[in-house]
Amino acid sequence: MATLVLDGLRKSFGKIPVLHGVDLSMPSGEMLVIVGASGCGKSTLLRLVAGLEEPTLGKIILDGVDVAARDPADRDIAMVFQNYALYPHMSVFDNMAYGLRIRDMPKAEIERRVTEAAGTLELSALLQRKPRQLSGGQRQRVAMGRAIVREPKLFLFDEPLSNLDATLRVTMRAEIRRLQRRMGVTSLFVTHDQVEAMTLGDRLLVLHKGQAVQLATPMEVFNRPANTYVAGFIGAPAMNLLPAKLAQNGRAAQLEIGPTIAFADGPRAGADGRELIVGIRPEHLHLDPAGFVLPVDLVEPLGSETVVIGKLENGQMLTIKLPCAGVSDTSLRVGISEQHLHVFDAQTGLRLEGGLSAVPSS
Amino acid sequence: MERRTIFPGTAFPIFLVLPQLLLTVVFFLWPAGQAIWSSMTRADPFGIRTQFVGWENFQDLFTDPLYMDSIGRTVVFCTSVATLSMGVALLLAVCADREIRGRGWYRIMLIWPYAVAPAVAAVLWILLLHPQIGLVGRALNRHGVAWDYKLNSTQAMAVVIGASAWKQVSYNFIFFLAGLQSVPKAVIEAARMDGAKGWFRFRTVVLPLLMPTVFFLIVVNFVYAAFDTFGTIQALTQGGPGKSTETLVVKVFRDGLINLDVGGSSAQSVVLMFGVIMLTALQFRFLGKKSDE
Ligand SMILES: Nc1ncnc2c1ncn2[C@@H]1O[C@H](COP(=O)(O)OP(=O)(O)OP(=O)(O)O)[C@@H](O)[C@H]1O
Ligand SMILES: [Mg+2]
Repeated sequence: MATLVLDGLRKSFGKIPVLHGVDLSMPSGEMLVIVGASGCGKSTLLRLVAGLEEPTLGKIILDGVDVAARDPADRDIAMVFQNYALYPHMSVFDNMAYGLRIRDMPKAEIERRVTEAAGTLELSALLQRKPRQLSGGQRQRVAMGRAIVREPKLFLFDEPLSNLDATLRVTMRAEIRRLQRRMGVTSLFVTHDQVEAMTLGDRLLVLHKGQAVQLATPMEVFNRPANTYVAGFIGAPAMNLLPAKLAQNGRAAQLEIGPTIAFADGPRAGADGRELIVGIRPEHLHLDPAGFVLPVDLVEPLGSETVVIGKLENGQMLTIKLPCAGVSDTSLRVGISEQHLHVFDAQTGLRLEGGLSAVPSS
Repeated sequence: MERRTIFPGTAFPIFLVLPQLLLTVVFFLWPAGQAIWSSMTRADPFGIRTQFVGWENFQDLFTDPLYMDSIGRTVVFCTSVATLSMGVALLLAVCADREIRGRGWYRIMLIWPYAVAPAVAAVLWILLLHPQIGLVGRALNRHGVAWDYKLNSTQAMAVVIGASAWKQVSYNFIFFLAGLQSVPKAVIEAARMDGAKGWFRFRTVVLPLLMPTVFFLIVVNFVYAAFDTFGTIQALTQGGPGKSTETLVVKVFRDGLINLDVGGSSAQSVVLMFGVIMLTALQFRFLGKKSDE
């Protein structure tokens, strides 16, 4: 149970910069999920906090103390690795007890903690087994157990569920969340799974090319993505990002594909003709006899919903999620829900909020 | 996927295997058979008549206190060589496993001694250790250490152990380095996160994972020390002073080719042959086990 502050954390491997200054402040007990594309520096960030890599610059303040120069052994942080990294030559019990024995904990206390963790994680019957005699899911739980018996200041998870099958992943996801809440241990959780990102964390940190692009609650990130990258990254299927121009004194966007849509949440700053990117989630497009024509490229029925991918004449792809089955596979007429537009600047990619700044008088 | 070519008939396949069979027969089976035969014979003092004596040579051998001494000496020698060369090699491998500058060169240099012929290596050691002309030998004597491995049996033993171990360090180093590199990095990192440091981490996590390599090398080093060090010992001390560095292989040579007791010497080499066969079987079992996992 500790607070964590990252202050201008930078990391370069040789001359190649990987993290360009990450700032972060976590209250005690928070679960922060880090998402981002492969290679954006998620693992590197986690390993810096763990102490497995040395930061090029910046502070890592754990409970008010800068631990950036400390050995990982002296940070009191537990980490769950993607491939579990269990000690192959030790029994499940010894795997979990190893970190406690190092701390010279009394035998009875070690016994108590390991037995309790094993009970919670349904490992009680497996305590004498070696890791190679366990299934993937069981190994994952041992790795979890090894972290929780330590009762550390901080949990670090590096995609701990990515090697599990879909069903097990759902169960373990809930289990991790429950354990973390109950223990109240401040946690960093790296994933590139959309659902994990949305459901697991109190807050979400989106990393892009070594930069923190947005830090907010999952719903906030989903509803008000800070830029086009976040907009395209969070949400599945991905948001449609359409080039457009500001029109009607900043009160509407003239889409390149044809229709002009008025902003429901107020005008945007700038002169008419300003280049924009308009983001529309697939679920915010609907069938509309008065809408524009969309030639269908591909229909993906998902059971309760249908995802239609269309290709417009200018080559622009458009994804629509419809709450019904049996749609035409040649062409559709599509309308846009005005309430759910996301507007970004075409140059910077940054989000433009509606109604906040005055409409220029020109 | 299996890829093999099957040759028709019997003549052609036999023709293909023949060279290898011939080599095995001429250089192994034939002399081994001869050794077994002559280990059961005894020649008269003038070498004119040989006579079949059955197990008598072996009975003599195992009641001979000199032979027992030689066995004891060989055990001490082998244990020392294996311990020393494996210990040093492990230390060097641990250093080479770290991220250090120029480790490519460091590794190549460490592998060199393996390529040096025993006689050449021995000459180098003599040039270093000789009491009158050797660099180290002269320095020792100058500083009041009575150094002469040609007279002092303890020093002689130390020299042959050192020289033999030195030659084997490269081999052990390669295996230890490979062993260390196959220890998953994440497991070491997990141990670091768990709070394990330095020697403790090495002892509780790395070493247990290295045990298959250690067992394998123990067998290999014993075989090496017992049978492959003849060249080194012969060139350095010829088994002397007295019998102080006379291991079993050296004794075979001395008794057979210098003292011309062909029967006794053959009996000794037959005993050694069984030793090699047993150690090799052991080694195969370890190798087999390793590939099973
Ligand atoms: N030890 C290293 N030496 C050099 N470059 C490295 C090292 N470790 C990571 N990198 C580089 O740093 C960048 C970020 O790597 P990192 O492992 O943090 O990505 P990630 O976000 O965890 O990706 P993934 O989702 O695939 O795990 C990558 O471009 C990688 O090539
Ligand atoms: Mg990663």
